Amino acid sequence: MTADQADATARRGRGRPPGSGRQTGTARAQAGQAATDRPTATDRLQRLLALVPYVVSRNVVGMAETAAAFGITERELVDDLNMLWCVELRSPDPYCPIDLSYEGGEIMVSEAEAMDRPLRLGVDEACALLVALRMLAELPSIGNGSALSRTIAKLEAAAGSAASPSAQVAVQVDHVTGQSVAVQVADALSRGRRVHIAYYVPGRDEATERDVDPMRLLLVERSSYLEGWCRRANAVRVFRLDRILSIQVLDVAAEVPAEAEQVDVDGGLFRPSPQDVRVVLELAATGRWVADYYPCELVEQLADGRTRITLRTPDTQWVRRLALRLGEDGKVISPPDLAAQICDDATAALANYA
Amino acid sequence: MSRRKTERLLSLVVCLLSARRYLTAAQIREAVPGYPDSFDAFKRMFERDKDELRELGIPLETGVNAGSDEEPGYRISRQAYELPDIRLEPDEAAVLGLAARVWRRAELAGAAEGALLKLRAAGIEAEDVSQPGIEPRLQTGEAAFGPLWEAVRDRRPVTFGYLAPGRSTQQQRQLEPWGVVNRRGRWYVVGRDRDRQAQRVFRLSRMAGEVRFTGPAGTVSVPPGTDVRAAVRDWDGEGPPPRTCRLRIRSGAGYGLRRHAVSVKPDVQAGWDMVEVNYSDTGWWSEHLASFGADVIVEEPVDLREAVIGRLKGVLA
Repeated sequence: MTADQADATARRGRGRPPGSGRQTGTARAQAGQAATDRPTATDRLQRLLALVPYVVSRNVVGMAETAAAFGITERELVDDLNMLWCVELRSPDPYCPIDLSYEGGEIMVSEAEAMDRPLRLGVDEACALLVALRMLAELPSIGNGSALSRTIAKLEAAAGSAASPSAQVAVQVDHVTGQSVAVQVADALSRGRRVHIAYYVPGRDEATERDVDPMRLLLVERSSYLEGWCRRANAVRVFRLDRILSIQVLDVAAEVPAEAEQVDVDGGLFRPSPQDVRVVLELAATGRWVADYYPCELVEQLADGRTRITLRTPDTQWVRRLALRLGEDGKVISPPDLAAQICDDATAALANYA
Repeated sequence: MSRRKTERLLSLVVCLLSARRYLTAAQIREAVPGYPDSFDAFKRMFERDKDELRELGIPLETGVNAGSDEEPGYRISRQAYELPDIRLEPDEAAVLGLAARVWRRAELAGAAEGALLKLRAAGIEAEDVSQPGIEPRLQTGEAAFGPLWEAVRDRRPVTFGYLAPGRSTQQQRQLEPWGVVNRRGRWYVVGRDRDRQAQRVFRLSRMAGEVRFTGPAGTVSVPPGTDVRAAVRDWDGEGPPPRTCRLRIRSGAGYGLRRHAVSVKPDVQAGWDMVEVNYSDTGWWSEHLASFGADVIVEEPVDLREAVIGRLKGVLA
């Protein structure tokens, strides 16, 4: 215990601190990572206000479980519990409104007047969950429509007026493509089965057949992806669902090798690598959508109103197709051999009409 | 410093929550440890504390006790403070856990985590274990999302620079925002454009520079019956009615077109197929067809054929 806490304990006039103060091995091991991003006083206050009802609603709860639920170390948890236990009001008569103990790795709150329920949901909180739940309700592959609508109704009731701005945020998932495939992928995942897919690669305008052991179904608003161990490439591959021409769930157990690493979805699915070719395009105003659509390394506004973008790609075949699509709206400036190849492509295509 | 502040704010909340009557500032100072001795310094610190509690959504009420002539005091009504009782079945708790993951690392991720914390504190076990491998995500890469969500939530007008499609210079727009909508992976804001005096839709990724508030909270009113989803859908447009085109496609090529074909027949010329496909927008469709290069020849209609030839000539221009 710190001097501060010892002092507070003494003031309370109780002989014994609420816990033994003994640290477990895990708590010590985790303590090193704890201080990395220090919460502000109000972040911590929110946590403290949730901690008491968390314990009260469960009667008795383990230290490790509680620390995990709050995303803190057991050492931080002990500090939180001590801070709660030390709350003292001085007037009209001095008293300690919270009494708790955490001996033997279990927490119990015996007295917590007025603090035994969590604070209401704020507008941002209610809306974040409601918008997400309504988005999930649009995805057939989630397959739990009834649980979703019941949860939405209960959450709206509990949030009260904080829920209303959520009606002003809407997420519309693309219904047209990929949803029936998503249902099959979800089925294969839940039963641990291999799938056989025919996959269209638009950059090469070709269809390929392969067996995939599904790892995850990534449901992103724009398009959804199957991540899996591709038996053809012997590597982790990510497939856009709307490009899966056909899918069969095989009667074979999926075998994802231990070395298969998940793609970091949140860091962006497609990250350029240093080995990629650097492509520079100049876009007229009518071609500026390219800058919105593809992840660019650099976007520069040119004096004449055009936009110059730089992107990196392992495969330039799709850039050739993009350049044909753009016509006068955008030109590949570099690399020069790619620009020459594109002119040859256009000349060959025009020869068909001669 | 921060620890003492947490202790003080915690005591203040507990004090006001357990108070059965309004407590004056002087009574609060008596009861809550950690305030400075000087009354002026106390007042300043207390003012800041009140603001911080309100920012957390703690309903701090001001009022005068019945039958007293004291100055106005403060309390926190338990009824206004407490999350109403909510119980979820295991399948409901599982979808809630999944929902909280939707925003991971996106704009409202912190809010979703905070909500989950409160719901766990209410006794809900929101662990997502039911659907292994399913990862739903919402992304808010556009910098404008945060300020526009705040503007919609707080009903505040905004201004922003906007590069409209087909224009080479950006314009400053004045908007009373009604809602934000994600359609097929792109974020849009719908509202009343103050200069055009009409409903408008803007794509967030085309906004340039900062989004700034131009009025206080509560000064935007959303017309009753407004459907922000429908507004974006209509704006995005389903396009004119579909037409059918006849294409010659090299055998083994053009999978992207064959997938949506109405009919595919071998062409009289060996090595080619005659394919019929429906389309609606000639401009977009001609660009798409041009991207197949020498593997696709447009036979009919003539305007589409000319548009593709024009595109290809543009490459060489």
